[in-house]
Amino acid sequence: MATADVAIPQPKLSERDTVGGKTVRFLTKAPVNILLAFLGLLWLIPTLGLFLTSILPAQAFTVKGWWQIFSKPSLATWENYRMVLHTHAITHSLLITLEIAVSNTLLVIIIGSLAGYAFAWLEFPGRDVIFIAVIALLVVPLQMALIPTFTLYNHLGLYDTVLGIVLFHVAFGLPFAIFLLRNFFVGIPKDIMESARIDGASEMKIFYRLILPLGLPAIASLAIFQFLWTWNDLIVALTFGQNVQPITVAIFSNLRQFGANIDLIAPASFISLVVPLAVFFAFQRYFVQGLLAGSVK
Amino acid sequence: MSAGNITVEPQFEAAPPPDTGPGLSRYGAGALFLLPAFIMLGVWIVYPTVYTVFRSFFGLNGFNKFVGIDNYKTLFTTSTLTTAIKNNLIWVAVVPACVTAIGLVFAVLTERVRWSVAFKTAVFLPMAISAFATGVTWRIMYVQDPNLGAVNALGRTVVQVFKSPGTLSDAQPSTSNVTGTAQTGMTLQTPLKPGSVAAIGLTAIPPDQVPSGATQAVLPRAQPGHISGVVWRDFKPGGGVPGKVEKGEVGLPGVTVQLRNSDGNVVKTAAAGDDGVFDFGVVTPGTYKAGISPGTFAKPWAGFAWLGTKLITPALIIAYMWIWAGFSMVVIAAGLAAMPRDVLEAARTDGASEWQVFRRVTIPLLAPVLSVVFITMIINVLKVFDLVITLAPGSSQNAASVIALAMWRTSFGGINDFGVGSAIAVFLFLLVIPVLLLNVKRFRREV
Repeated sequence: MATADVAIPQPKLSERDTVGGKTVRFLTKAPVNILLAFLGLLWLIPTLGLFLTSILPAQAFTVKGWWQIFSKPSLATWENYRMVLHTHAITHSLLITLEIAVSNTLLVIIIGSLAGYAFAWLEFPGRDVIFIAVIALLVVPLQMALIPTFTLYNHLGLYDTVLGIVLFHVAFGLPFAIFLLRNFFVGIPKDIMESARIDGASEMKIFYRLILPLGLPAIASLAIFQFLWTWNDLIVALTFGQNVQPITVAIFSNLRQFGANIDLIAPASFISLVVPLAVFFAFQRYFVQGLLAGSVK
Repeated sequence: MSAGNITVEPQFEAAPPPDTGPGLSRYGAGALFLLPAFIMLGVWIVYPTVYTVFRSFFGLNGFNKFVGIDNYKTLFTTSTLTTAIKNNLIWVAVVPACVTAIGLVFAVLTERVRWSVAFKTAVFLPMAISAFATGVTWRIMYVQDPNLGAVNALGRTVVQVFKSPGTLSDAQPSTSNVTGTAQTGMTLQTPLKPGSVAAIGLTAIPPDQVPSGATQAVLPRAQPGHISGVVWRDFKPGGGVPGKVEKGEVGLPGVTVQLRNSDGNVVKTAAAGDDGVFDFGVVTPGTYKAGISPGTFAKPWAGFAWLGTKLITPALIIAYMWIWAGFSMVVIAAGLAAMPRDVLEAARTDGASEWQVFRRVTIPLLAPVLSVVFITMIINVLKVFDLVITLAPGSSQNAASVIALAMWRTSFGGINDFGVGSAIAVFLFLLVIPVLLLNVKRFRREV
């Protein structure tokens, strides 16, 4: 997370080192600390609630909510998870989700960095205008493309295929990818590029040997975003899939009987959430960097 | 979340012009590098956008029937669709401002504590979770019964501070001797004098509402000068005789009985014991009546129907802000970190209070960052879909609908009217175009 760079040097207070000064600072800061502790807990409660719901037997919810586990910890059970992980529809959908997320991420990185490099370092007429046009595509709502793509897929036989879902994701991931990577590639020192060109390296070689390794931080941010975006997707898979169901769609079809299916919905949702959380915690820094690159600098 | 929807305020360092003259091979390389991206963007974004615009002027079945602007008329006259537009307006009016404000407050507050990393992680966490999983999570939070739903459980704790629920909410008189209803309170019509024993029988009390600790009811013996009595659950498995304290019938501990004089004023109160027995003690001669006040029969708070048709939009908005507060906070915190410290220090040295520094220096300096968060949120809110379709139960989806959801339900949710569906998509597109122009304009300025 960006917090490391966000740390603010405290102004040196004259009374900083005296005992009295410390007490005063503690007293003035206590309300802020308490308030933030309260808010932080408040923000964690829903996710905690989902987890605790997922480890309680369904019949426990006739009298009390998930917090009953604090008074009766013995109720906790992994039975729901065991059942869910033995449900073929769920395990299969997890594999499909992984397949969609990984192939989308790879394709966006390859296609996006090729285009990003062209916009940053190759000379051709109307380059910047075309680049602006690509950026403009960022705001096109994907709803604009659902109906034509649906019709197209029915003709091409891409409806209800992993490939169809992936290609749609790739297209809508590209404007952001091109924007992010082009802006990062532009920052690569010119001397390096020039000396490589003077040495007679082909554009492909420069791209492969120089740009990709040097652009790794930006590519990492992009990869995380793309992975999370497609892993968490519902609308695209819901529209272009029927039997091809990623985890979100597989759980979605059970929502109608929410209360009755809670012992499946809660653990399956939590499983679907563990992967993004792991990615988030492992790569927080890149995640936040990408976020900031996409909004402000 | 949809990372790809994060809007961009593009910063643009002009790409350096190459020193070598652009030869044909360089053009060729450029075309080659761009080709895959252009195919993808062309086939899946540009072509569909044009197609959808045309399609919106045609009827249900393909391009067979040109209907002019009929689909747009439908959009603005069908109640489910206008509801969606109205709801989206509420979203736009509330969410961007609130999310920006919350993010600003969080960002400023976290600067003052040592454990800001932990706090930021907690608040930012929902950003990594899918809107779908968030929908499931909040559906559990919003269950109406305060015993099951955390939000209403919290609400009940607050409500009970002001108004405690009665012990018996469903009780009825067991004989015609006792009159009244839960709203008016119940009164034993038998006149009482010192030395009398009052038997107040109540029935229709479900087993789980019998106060805990209740034991076999006892009809107390008359004591000279006292008025005493019993209030009990005048029912046992099999029925029993109404009005008579029998074996198997229990007292109603905790019920407060009032003694009223002939003017109807309450002169004494007494609480029933575990066996239902109460005793007003020695009373001055006269005629009295005993009764139970309406408070005893007050229903416990039933909780808000968050997922019902009336509250669904506020419920969705709360969950949505829970997701996006982290984004706003992190972006604004980065803006704060980049702020020139000497300006703030100068203001403080000049004697400005912390509030003045915040209001007159920090906020103006942060304005560009705040506006980016605000605009990003407008676009996100216009496109909101996953959360609504997941969190709103089927029965509330018409009431909760937003433009993106209306588009999807019209096109793929059973009606499958691609004409109206396209019109809704175009309408959504038109709404985000001003933001697009704003971005392009900024961008051009920087080129």
